[in-house]
Amino acid sequence: MPKIYIDNKSFDVKAGKNLLETCLSLGYDLPYFCWHPAMGSIGACRQCAVRVFKDEEDTKGRIVMSCMENVKEGLRMSVSDEMATAFRAQVVEWLMTNHPHDCPVCDEGGSCHLQDVTVMTGHDYRRFEYKKRTYTNQYLGPFIHHEMNRCIQCYRCVRFYRDYAGGDDLNVFSAHNHVYFGREKDGILQSPFSGNLAEVCPTGVFTDKTLKEHYTRKWDLTTAPSICQHCSLGCNTIPGERYGKLRNIVNRYNGEVNGYFLCDRGRFGYEFVNSENRITQPIIRNRTIEAVSHDLLIQHLAMLLPGQTLIGIGSPRASVESNYSLRELVGKENFYQGVNDDQVFLEQKIVDILQSGCVHTPSLKEIEEADAVLVLGEDIWNTAPIMALAVRQSVMKTAAAESLEQVPLPAWHDVAVKELVQEAKGFLANVTVLPSPLNEIAACSMQGAPDDMARLGFGIAHILNPTLPSVGVIMEKAIIIAEALKHAKRPVIITGTGGCNDGLIRAAYDIAVALKTEDRKPGLAFVLPECNSMGLAMMRAPSLEKVAGRVQNTPNVTVVILENDLYRRIPAAKADAFFRQCKNIIVLDALHNRTTEKAHVLIPAATFAEADGTFVNNEGRAQRSCQVFMPAINTIKESFKWLWEIKALLTSASNGQEKHPDELLARLESSLTQFAGISAVAPPRDFRIHGSAIPRESHRYSGRTAMLSNLAVSEPKPLQDDDSPLSFTMEGYRGMPPAPLIPSFWAPGWNSGQAVNKYQQEVGGPLKGGDPGIRLFEQTTATPVFSRDIPDAFVPRPNKWLLLPQHHIFGTGELSMYTKGIAERSPEPYITLSKWDAEQLGAVKGDLLSVKTDEKIYTFPLIIEESLQDGIVLMPAGLQGMDVWSWGAWVNITK
Amino acid sequence: MLSHLRTMWLVFLHLFHKRETIQYPEEKIQLHPRWRGRIVLTKDPDGGERCVGCYLCAAACPVDCIALQATEDEDGRRYPEFFRINFSRCIFCGYCEEACPTYAIQLIPDFEMAEYKRQDLVFEKEDLLIDSQGKYPGYNFYKVAGLDAGVKEKGKGDNEEEPVDIKSLLP
Repeated sequence: MPKIYIDNKSFDVKAGKNLLETCLSLGYDLPYFCWHPAMGSIGACRQCAVRVFKDEEDTKGRIVMSCMENVKEGLRMSVSDEMATAFRAQVVEWLMTNHPHDCPVCDEGGSCHLQDVTVMTGHDYRRFEYKKRTYTNQYLGPFIHHEMNRCIQCYRCVRFYRDYAGGDDLNVFSAHNHVYFGREKDGILQSPFSGNLAEVCPTGVFTDKTLKEHYTRKWDLTTAPSICQHCSLGCNTIPGERYGKLRNIVNRYNGEVNGYFLCDRGRFGYEFVNSENRITQPIIRNRTIEAVSHDLLIQHLAMLLPGQTLIGIGSPRASVESNYSLRELVGKENFYQGVNDDQVFLEQKIVDILQSGCVHTPSLKEIEEADAVLVLGEDIWNTAPIMALAVRQSVMKTAAAESLEQVPLPAWHDVAVKELVQEAKGFLANVTVLPSPLNEIAACSMQGAPDDMARLGFGIAHILNPTLPSVGVIMEKAIIIAEALKHAKRPVIITGTGGCNDGLIRAAYDIAVALKTEDRKPGLAFVLPECNSMGLAMMRAPSLEKVAGRVQNTPNVTVVILENDLYRRIPAAKADAFFRQCKNIIVLDALHNRTTEKAHVLIPAATFAEADGTFVNNEGRAQRSCQVFMPAINTIKESFKWLWEIKALLTSASNGQEKHPDELLARLESSLTQFAGISAVAPPRDFRIHGSAIPRESHRYSGRTAMLSNLAVSEPKPLQDDDSPLSFTMEGYRGMPPAPLIPSFWAPGWNSGQAVNKYQQEVGGPLKGGDPGIRLFEQTTATPVFSRDIPDAFVPRPNKWLLLPQHHIFGTGELSMYTKGIAERSPEPYITLSKWDAEQLGAVKGDLLSVKTDEKIYTFPLIIEESLQDGIVLMPAGLQGMDVWSWGAWVNITK
Repeated sequence: MLSHLRTMWLVFLHLFHKRETIQYPEEKIQLHPRWRGRIVLTKDPDGGERCVGCYLCAAACPVDCIALQATEDEDGRRYPEFFRINFSRCIFCGYCEEACPTYAIQLIPDFEMAEYKRQDLVFEKEDLLIDSQGKYPGYNFYKVAGLDAGVKEKGKGDNEEEPVDIKSLLP
């Protein structure tokens, strides 16, 4: 550990870091623009100047850019030095000569890195008396607003968009003091990570367009730590509320999971919370007045429920607490997963593998650090976008690490490293049904039918461990991939449920286990469909098809459906038949859908923003999502609260008892051992720091005595939160909260999200107190059992096509589609065939074709994909309002 | 003794001084233009609302009695969708006026706001907005703000260059 001296104070610091990171980690306020902890240094903005001295005697020293200087033993430097301070102030003054006078109408204001740095350096009065430069703006799509006047030319946007996220439609144009960051012409930014530009840009050039619709400053938002609801990765988010509406979502750093970035579906897919389609009042159907009060509902249920067989249908998008509460209400034997048979089968397989403990499942951070990645049959670009971003980083970092072995350069020196690496890439094999944007950086990619992909996987496993059964002819690609995996120290295999094929999961498992040696630590990552799919699957309940059979044979069945639209799980005909057989249907949900239409009793459930809840992500990490705001309408409650209230009706013993998430998790732990440890996911609800709760509102929160005064001039009592250690007010402990309870990133002088530096143990490292989340699967020394059952090779059938889903980052989600911009980018339903198949049918692109599945005929326009395997038909998965199709079935297609 | 007599003499003399008490409300008090009374929202020289909904007044308010919501018209010009001041809480400190970057919110020399019901002291935008530029005539924020919000095009504002031609490589 080198010792360095900053302003004559000695510090033991980490080697291999630059001075800027080091100073920030030590808590110094050193301004910067172009450096980003995830992207390294380029030394472009000249803002982080410090003075470095030769030795103790040297009084003159020299000005250096701290982001471009390595830590050296005995280095002496000064941050507060007069010359360095003046230099930094001068740089900001230059930048401000062209920065417009529009902070009042700029969405970045109040969380602006440029504002922070300007204040930090002390520049306050314009001396430059000449004209300001202006630019025209571009239309960049529904997510990002462009105001180019505000640009300070730090190049962070293109470095993120192009280098980090692999986009190619944003670039820098023109020359000298006229450089322009934008697209070649107006148009939608294509990258699914474009929303991060709003956070990466240190000023207001790129801002969140959805926030602009209902603009609120950062200091006025009520925020709480939350978990993204739109895929299984469980990215950490900070949603903000004002006047009872959710206003925006920003990233919440979690070093092990999402790091600094979110995908656009996660960032912008929040508008369902504000939707007009929300269920706000309990509804009892077949009455003159259907909307009823809370008391009437309870009375009605008290009459309805006794003597009924209660059956519960859980949901992969409801929290662990809600699913567990339903299980408690209806009893273990009456609880079903609310997911179709095929999906339950795949998820069970995954849970079995992870619970066996034979293989390690990596976090996203570990995927980023992998030195060889095999994606087997999962379209992660669309089903788990942030995982695709992590895979991209692994490819880039591996190439850099290999180059740096030859030339001793510091790893943070981004430009030099890129220059050295050139086009070299780390190893990625991307095996999918359709080509994915990841193929651009893949050393090896293959398209094929799921069975063939699984066979490739088994082939690789056989090469790695010849005792495993062979698939016959060894494919050349299998040899290449096996070789690369063998030479890696930290290989990662990724697969998931998106391919609808258990062969893929078994093959991936075989490869991962075959790779395990003393010095090789393979990781096996799974992608699941929804935010709590893993949590639900771990409860090991039977599928929806099972409950349908059960209802047929049981009289007087009351089914309780928890936050689940069954029409998105099983074919419409089956769902209709199921509903016909139930005597009473009670549905708890937040938004109206086809299932809620069938409900006899409809109970309004809170969305993630109005509820506390724990979600288990794809790596088995349980994470707490805290309630952001209390819904104005008091009939909207967390599902688990409703369920316990209903339970109280049935058993007088628990009458009136309110259940809190931490109590529920403790009970869950004792009744289901696979959830052991989950109650430590967040501090208990009575946790206080110096007797104070942690405030959700900033200390500058405004309008407290006026926001409700139009209704009544007397201010209401502040809202109480009995479920978590967070408070709904501005009062409370302002210091460092525990990592799972960080409501927002702010530090004195750091109003923008860059304040995250102050919350980390070291810049870019884990949060103070450790990254949040409890991993429920631990690796053991159990002996692995290989899967020896290899599927047959895929053979196209005459006049039959294998129906497979095509996932879409914008379109597949049930809830994200309520965001206008996401709906705008969602595809229209289509049918995709290979070129040969289309020719056989005599159809050309755009022709209407009919697919017959589940006794129904669907007619959609044709899309032709050259690289699609013959004999397969792809249709979009999970579009809003579409029926669910039997994936993996053989269907007829007619013109 | 002497001091008592002196005091009585001085009090007696006051009978002949000019009266400080005025017969309010028949007679009105003369207030200075910078006197901090009722809060108003003013308009631009061209009649547009000056308030751009930046929330700085609300943040500066020590009693948090200002609440507003910004919105935009089709030209991208920001204005408050609602703007509410709870005068039953207001302490007339004038911080909101100091914070206002567009001279929209101003305190004027009027204090006659008494109401029988406290609820009537909650003023909405309709009650606050006046058809005048107030104390700062001639100022139009959008002329100096750089961005184009329907008031002027890019490059046409005060102290602005024409928009950069990004296809040009000339120095």
